[in-house]
Amino acid sequence: MSLLEIENLVVEFATAAGQFRAVDGVSLSVEPREVLAIVGESGSGKSVSMLAVMGLLPWTARVTADRMEFDGSDLLKLTPTERRKMVGKDMAMIFQEPMASLNPCFTVGFQIEEVLAVHMGMTRAERRARAIELLDLVGIPEPAERLGSFPHQMSGGQCQRVMIAIAIACNPKLLIADEPTTALDVTIQKQILDLLVSLQEQYGMGLIMITHNMGVVAETADRVIVQYKGRKMEEADVLTLFENPKSNYTRALLSALPDNATGDRLPTISDYLSDDATAAGVAP
Amino acid sequence: MTAVLEARNIVRDYHVGGGLFSKPRAVHAVQGVSFSVEKGKTLAIVGESGCGKSTLARIITLIDAATSGELFIEGQKVDIAKDSLTPEMRQKVQIIFQNPYGSLNPRQKIGDVLGEPLLINTSMPASERRDRAMAMLKKVGLSEEHFARYPHMFSGGQRQRIAIARALMLNPSLLVLDEPVSALDLSVQAQVLNLLADLQDEFQLTYVFISHDLSVVRYIADDVMVMYYGEAVEYGPRDAVFADPKHDYTKTLFAATPRADVASIKARLAKKAAA
Repeated sequence: MSLLEIENLVVEFATAAGQFRAVDGVSLSVEPREVLAIVGESGSGKSVSMLAVMGLLPWTARVTADRMEFDGSDLLKLTPTERRKMVGKDMAMIFQEPMASLNPCFTVGFQIEEVLAVHMGMTRAERRARAIELLDLVGIPEPAERLGSFPHQMSGGQCQRVMIAIAIACNPKLLIADEPTTALDVTIQKQILDLLVSLQEQYGMGLIMITHNMGVVAETADRVIVQYKGRKMEEADVLTLFENPKSNYTRALLSALPDNATGDRLPTISDYLSDDATAAGVAP
Repeated sequence: MTAVLEARNIVRDYHVGGGLFSKPRAVHAVQGVSFSVEKGKTLAIVGESGCGKSTLARIITLIDAATSGELFIEGQKVDIAKDSLTPEMRQKVQIIFQNPYGSLNPRQKIGDVLGEPLLINTSMPASERRDRAMAMLKKVGLSEEHFARYPHMFSGGQRQRIAIARALMLNPSLLVLDEPVSALDLSVQAQVLNLLADLQDEFQLTYVFISHDLSVVRYIADDVMVMYYGEAVEYGPRDAVFADPKHDYTKTLFAATPRADVASIKARLAKKAAA
């Protein structure tokens, strides 16, 4: 049984100019222990579809789907109370800006223990022990001392490690990482990606990696979904996608990588696509 | 060939602290960096955050004075700590910043954004400023109808084009690009890099290109300088640096860059299957 199964997800926002469709009929599934990468440019609806799964969209958003199931329970029928019990425990999310996602007013120890108190009902001593264990797990030196640190006393990479510690605190079945390394340096990016993949293997989590970086996809994913303007362009396992991309859009995206520059000029998306219809089209 | 930009042993220290509870101390942001860039070439400066690459950019752009060291622009020695900056010198060096959302005034129309450098630095009549701005707008791939619009009406890539247009209004010989494409999507990044390459050919511009994306650097640079804790640990022609990195940090940096080729995916999957 799939861990997460979504069929025909549509997310619309009510704007002054009428309904805006950010996600248009996306279907996807994640197996347990699988790393799925969702790739796309800004505005392709990759974050919005995962925020819909987490139930984190504002009230202006209208989410409809034929099916949206996580681990046997129907996400469309959940009451807010049931959802609050699930989000942060069975599925957790890491965001792009580590500095902005932690609360600057509380110590990192408090913020890790908060999750444990809400979801696991641990005693104070148990929470502290687990928080130290988690910080150690995500590779922060002197974990017991760092519990008392505030986010501004840590570097961007360390803040992201703390975010990961909070996300995996309750042993989630599914971890959604929304551009987890975009704000970080290349060397730190490598460390965080390695950490995420090793945790995913160690705990057998499903991992959804939202990114626009083809390098990150190549380094982490098992399977890849390419999105463009809210629609799914292509779904393939990672090797097939890079070896033999089917849709015109994927081919355009891959050829825009500076690594693949053949002549003096970089091919751009518009060299490949004249309109949206050709984007979805299958390459000759 | 003459060097448009030459720096000899540039040092920049910042003095911080010295308040009620802390002792004053010096941060050595840039520690003795030397390089030169020839006309029409691109020098890429690579390094992690906090390594001093943006400080160096500020010194080259004549925003900030170096603590010691010599800076020559088109063979002329410049020291803004001693002499005031002449309008002629100001026109020779321009900068483009990383975030096109933050670098444009939201209350200023694009036409005014482009005309302002001319208004400040020259005594050109308004009609000529307008004509020049219009011409530059077309040069960077925008059209006349964009002249009277505000920055919020543009996408990130278009804004970066406007920032490039503004920098070129004064016909500079040296352009400092501080992470100009890192905030942009892959496809837009390709367009902006192409534009920069075209403009370099057309105006014989010299670029100092600051980036942490090695694949972009490899594509655009002629020379590469790798900075680490304020020092230039590696400096040389692009191919030499990429083929045979000497310093440990450069090697770490290359190893950490994600690879998007089929061979490395195969290697990773094989490793995973074996585990």
